[in-house]
Amino acid sequence: MAQAQTNHATTEAPGGAHEDIGFPPFETETYAGQLLWLAITFVVLYTLLSRLVLPRLGGIIENRRAMIATDLDDAAAMKSRAEEAGSAYEKALAEAKGRAQALAQETRSKLAAESDAKRKALEADLNQRLAESEATITAKKAEAMSHVDAIARDTASAIIERLTGKAPAPQKVEAALNQIKA
Amino acid sequence: MASPIEQFQIKPIIPVINFTNSSLFMIGAAAVIVGGLLFATRKRAVVPGRAQSVAEVLHDFVANTLVDATGKEGMKFFPLVFSLFMFVLTANLLGMIPGFFTVTSHIIVTFALALLVIGTVVIYGFMKHGTHFLGLFVPSGVPAWLLPFIVVIELISFLSRPISLSLRLFANMLAGHIALKVFAGFVVALLGAGGALTILAPLPLLMAVALMALEFLVAALQAYVFTVLTCIYLNDALHPGH
Repeated sequence: MAQAQTNHATTEAPGGAHEDIGFPPFETETYAGQLLWLAITFVVLYTLLSRLVLPRLGGIIENRRAMIATDLDDAAAMKSRAEEAGSAYEKALAEAKGRAQALAQETRSKLAAESDAKRKALEADLNQRLAESEATITAKKAEAMSHVDAIARDTASAIIERLTGKAPAPQKVEAALNQIKA
Repeated sequence: MASPIEQFQIKPIIPVINFTNSSLFMIGAAAVIVGGLLFATRKRAVVPGRAQSVAEVLHDFVANTLVDATGKEGMKFFPLVFSLFMFVLTANLLGMIPGFFTVTSHIIVTFALALLVIGTVVIYGFMKHGTHFLGLFVPSGVPAWLLPFIVVIELISFLSRPISLSLRLFANMLAGHIALKVFAGFVVALLGAGGALTILAPLPLLMAVALMALEFLVAALQAYVFTVLTCIYLNDALHPGH
């Protein structure tokens, strides 16, 4: 009987791989073991994923989203600050321009007034000197003219003396000259 | 040559605690998920590196899918939906590595996950809305004489959800792996046949390569489909009115 059993076993072993397989997915005696280990594995997997992995993964993604949102907010705030600074600069520039223009205007009018005054003083001075010079010229001319009578008298008497040989009477020369002048 | 369904065999590793190759790959998937995500987020960088980008894309992808289907209040189910998506996706993709066991190719596993979803919907629905949750089966604006039929149809449709949800994933993974194995088997068989048949061996190899690409697509797509349907069912628990 023992012989028969070993015989049976040896004949079955090589054939086992070939004929006695059946259809593994429908072998119900394997179900309990598969279900047991599936339950254990899936519970462990679910626990590890929901407690450890997904919070970490979700945290990374959420962290990035928050970081991007914060950065965008910061950028917007900085942009508005830059715009404020820009408009303040524009205002300061316009003010400075206005002040510079006023200053330039003031300086220009001051300089103009000054030069006007100087020019007037100079003109007055020149006018005065012109008048003085004219007066001198008139005086010199009158003086020269007064000398003309004497020169004419002298010249006339000298000519007459040369022609006649004797000096004429001054009264006669005087009368003759007065006659010509008249 | 081994049978194409040998790859689905459950092999005990520690029989005393029912620890099998299936258990090993379930734990492996969970370890890959938790370890991978923790590794990817270890720097908590504001500007993410490659690994952290992948983790964030997965997070946002599932979150967007959930919010699109259920609105903002659905986010309380986010850990559950994310766990389901990551577990199914990782189990599917791990199964694509040659020699690795595919956890989701067993109907009991996908059915248990589907029941978890439907159970959550039912329990949360009754907790939140009480008997009003039953309004899910009574659409408004239906003539009174039609109502009994509609209620029966709605009930059947609701009860078939866990079945369709689990069968879709299970069948896709099972069929894909069988097809891969069959085509890979053809390559070996043709090479072994000798003569003119040996020359034909590259043809099924090309097919196997193409199928491999398709199976990667299916692995990701089925994880997504499972997640989208989960979100849609959760929406019923949150907003039972039609």
